[in-house]
Amino acid sequence: MNQNRPSSATSRDLTWSRQVRVALTVNGRQFSDTVPARVTLLDWLREGAGLTGTKKGCNEGACGTCTVLIDGRRMNACLTLLAQCQGRSVTTVEGIAGPDGTLHPVQQAFIEHDALQCGYCTPGQVVSAVACIAEGHATDESSVREWMSGNVCRCSCYPQITAAVLDAAKRIGDKAQGGAS
Amino acid sequence: MTAAQTMSRVEAPLKVTGAAKYAADHTPPGTLHAVLVGAPAPAGRITGIDTAAALAECGVVKVLTAKDMPRFGEVKPPAAVLSLPLQENIFRFEGEPVALVLAESIEAAEAGRAAVVVRFDAATPVLPGSGWREPPPTPRLLGDDVALGDAASGLAQGAVKIDQAYFQEARHHNAMETAATVAQFENGKLTLWDSVQASGNVPPVVAAALGMNADDIRVICPHTGGGFGSKGYVWPHQIIAAAAARIVQRPVKLHLRRHDQFVCVGYQPRLEQRIQLAATRDGRLTAIVHEAVNACAIADTYVEPATEASKSLYAAPAIRTRQWLERSNINVPTPMRAPVEGPGLWALESAMNELAAALEIDPLDLRLFNHADVEPMTKKPWSSKKLREAYQEGARLFGWAGRDQRTRQDGPWRIGYGMATSTMGSFRFAAGARVRLKADGTARIEANTHDIGTGTQTVFCRIAAEELGLPIENVSIAWGDTRLPPSGPVYGSSATGGTGSAVALACRELKAQLGRLGAGNDPRTLLGEAGLPEIVADGAFTLPGGAPFNANGDGTPFAMSTWGAIFVEVGIDPEFGLVRLRRAVGAYSAGRIINLKTAISQMTGGIIWGWGKATMEESVQDPTTGAWLAKNLSNVAVPVNADIPSDITIHFVEEYDEHASAIGARGIGELGATGVDAAVAAAIFDAVGVRIRELPILPWKILGEHAPG
Repeated sequence: MNQNRPSSATSRDLTWSRQVRVALTVNGRQFSDTVPARVTLLDWLREGAGLTGTKKGCNEGACGTCTVLIDGRRMNACLTLLAQCQGRSVTTVEGIAGPDGTLHPVQQAFIEHDALQCGYCTPGQVVSAVACIAEGHATDESSVREWMSGNVCRCSCYPQITAAVLDAAKRIGDKAQGGAS
Repeated sequence: MTAAQTMSRVEAPLKVTGAAKYAADHTPPGTLHAVLVGAPAPAGRITGIDTAAALAECGVVKVLTAKDMPRFGEVKPPAAVLSLPLQENIFRFEGEPVALVLAESIEAAEAGRAAVVVRFDAATPVLPGSGWREPPPTPRLLGDDVALGDAASGLAQGAVKIDQAYFQEARHHNAMETAATVAQFENGKLTLWDSVQASGNVPPVVAAALGMNADDIRVICPHTGGGFGSKGYVWPHQIIAAAAARIVQRPVKLHLRRHDQFVCVGYQPRLEQRIQLAATRDGRLTAIVHEAVNACAIADTYVEPATEASKSLYAAPAIRTRQWLERSNINVPTPMRAPVEGPGLWALESAMNELAAALEIDPLDLRLFNHADVEPMTKKPWSSKKLREAYQEGARLFGWAGRDQRTRQDGPWRIGYGMATSTMGSFRFAAGARVRLKADGTARIEANTHDIGTGTQTVFCRIAAEELGLPIENVSIAWGDTRLPPSGPVYGSSATGGTGSAVALACRELKAQLGRLGAGNDPRTLLGEAGLPEIVADGAFTLPGGAPFNANGDGTPFAMSTWGAIFVEVGIDPEFGLVRLRRAVGAYSAGRIINLKTAISQMTGGIIWGWGKATMEESVQDPTTGAWLAKNLSNVAVPVNADIPSDITIHFVEEYDEHASAIGARGIGELGATGVDAAVAAAIFDAVGVRIRELPILPWKILGEHAPG
């Protein structure tokens, strides 16, 4: 997150209550807002942008419930200030399905493998799984278990989540291969 | 299993897309964000609260303290806390709410919280482990002290005896969603968007506290982000949010910080249990004596009725139980998956495994020798019981009989096997549901049930589809609103049996109505010919004496319970004391399973909860103040994906219980979490010969060392 630092604020004059102007893309849509510097991406998404799919679990980076993609990389939105997102492209769970509402293979696999119960961690799990697959970590059970361990599921759907991620990776891989041939 | 039994959950598309709305996802226009300020010490008297700095924060609108709050009316259960906070200047546990900051934004509210100064005179707290022990007050919902036969002579008669103490640390539910209440008054009527397991519990309690009419309170709760017991009873923050909204005449959102969740709702208390078992040389129990002491608050009472486990599991001629409370300056505990038999089986099943070792009998055989063919205390027949089949099928799926032929070493890992019985009593709650059958061939269920992840909507839609002979996609459900017909709670593993029965009974009434309209059973034809847009029926699942609650079939000719057998394989690295779950098999007798797919998820989750309890989870109290040492998820371990193998097998014995419900079902929610800890401890003993009687079983205990620090 070092490049493209917003020029309007430097570490010297940035205080938590200072108003900063931030422009970013969320799920392909342009947003700009002026907020106190202390506003986290998580609270802004939920209370400012009205995107409540991203959930607050611990607010300190321990549970992964608020996982979003920032320029394609998974990140805990509770540990990210909105001010850090100047010029960034953020993807939340609301942006994972296709524009026509067609579910992403990860979402389909989560439903089919029953990789959810209460659903509160599910947005974070889904977003994390999309990245886990893109990162190339969805190779086998043990790799998926390690790379999905930043997302706590207290209902404890772990075996189903692991199966869903592997299944979705296979579907995405098959599709890519089919497309290439 | 058939395709119909493996239905994906009906609300799943909402959950994977982020469209499912939880309580804190609602922000009515004009909402103020609320953050609680907690007592800074475990005991004392407030001498003053300085709010000036907080009010100077940009965006802070008000700071409410006891002097701003109304004098709350007396509340009764299902209120979890009867001595409500923000009423006097005394506090009795660290974190007890002493002020509420209201602000235009979350950030301002949190900054305001940090700026509130609470001045106090500290009192000497009663620390954990130093409190006085007292018998719990009577009458008790569960946990009566009982004496069957002559336990003293039963103990004396036994050729082999076990007399051991078993300990478990306190642990919190740690649901992913911290409790949230959004309160809005309009024209004197209150709407609460609330994260609950039983919204019907809320209006009477909030109404009593605020001097309102319960009918003027509506509770909306479409999805709850995990309950596990923590959102069952009504907690003070729900009352406080409503009171604040009335004071400021604006909507108030109180979404508990994770930190506050540790002190504002309950947890499973620290328990110390003593089990005495005696048996004949051939493994017949002659006596069970079970005592349990649970930690508790100073001013409020929760009994963890762990001794229930010993009253009904084995056919012993003499059974004696006793419950104790030990009060100290801490918040009050509450039921947590799994309560009652959850703690109880840690002690009883550990002692049974020790008895099997002392007798040199296979632990599975010891259980079979002492199988309770009738309910031991009342001698009533069981409504249905397939525990023998569960033992047999679980053992077969696990390969229990052949375990000694398998290798005991895998690299650095020493392998061990253990088993235990699972059991939960049958809690039943009166429940209602309305079903509308429409002329277009669709049906709609209306019931104020809840979605905490147990698959209730899916199960109820399946029941209605099957009863009415409709395709499942033609059935929908409206839930999570007190304006819908009252239904049962979603706790105590009771929702499928109670509300599910009410749905089925409503459907049967609809079929009777259809029958009166003419021949055949196609609703489109019959309703069309009769010129009716729809027919409607209410179903009611009732209990003996019209009671709202029934435990274990009391007042019926049958005793009711659920059972299972859990088998685990663990690996121990003896050099580091590490313990890993390698695989598990759970086989259960719980009546008819309505939807296998969601049921398997629930039982798998239960086993993982049991693993967490056995090897990871503890909420540690500061020995010098009694306060929770860590109130976050960074320093409180819960299982993550890397802890859990995929090799977890769930089996349900084919069963239909015609007495426990109208649909053949009993309950499953908590059953899977019971017995796992005792099976894990046995497997660790099997692997490395270390017998551990204190949960959680952390590496330093396996290494036989003293507590770190």
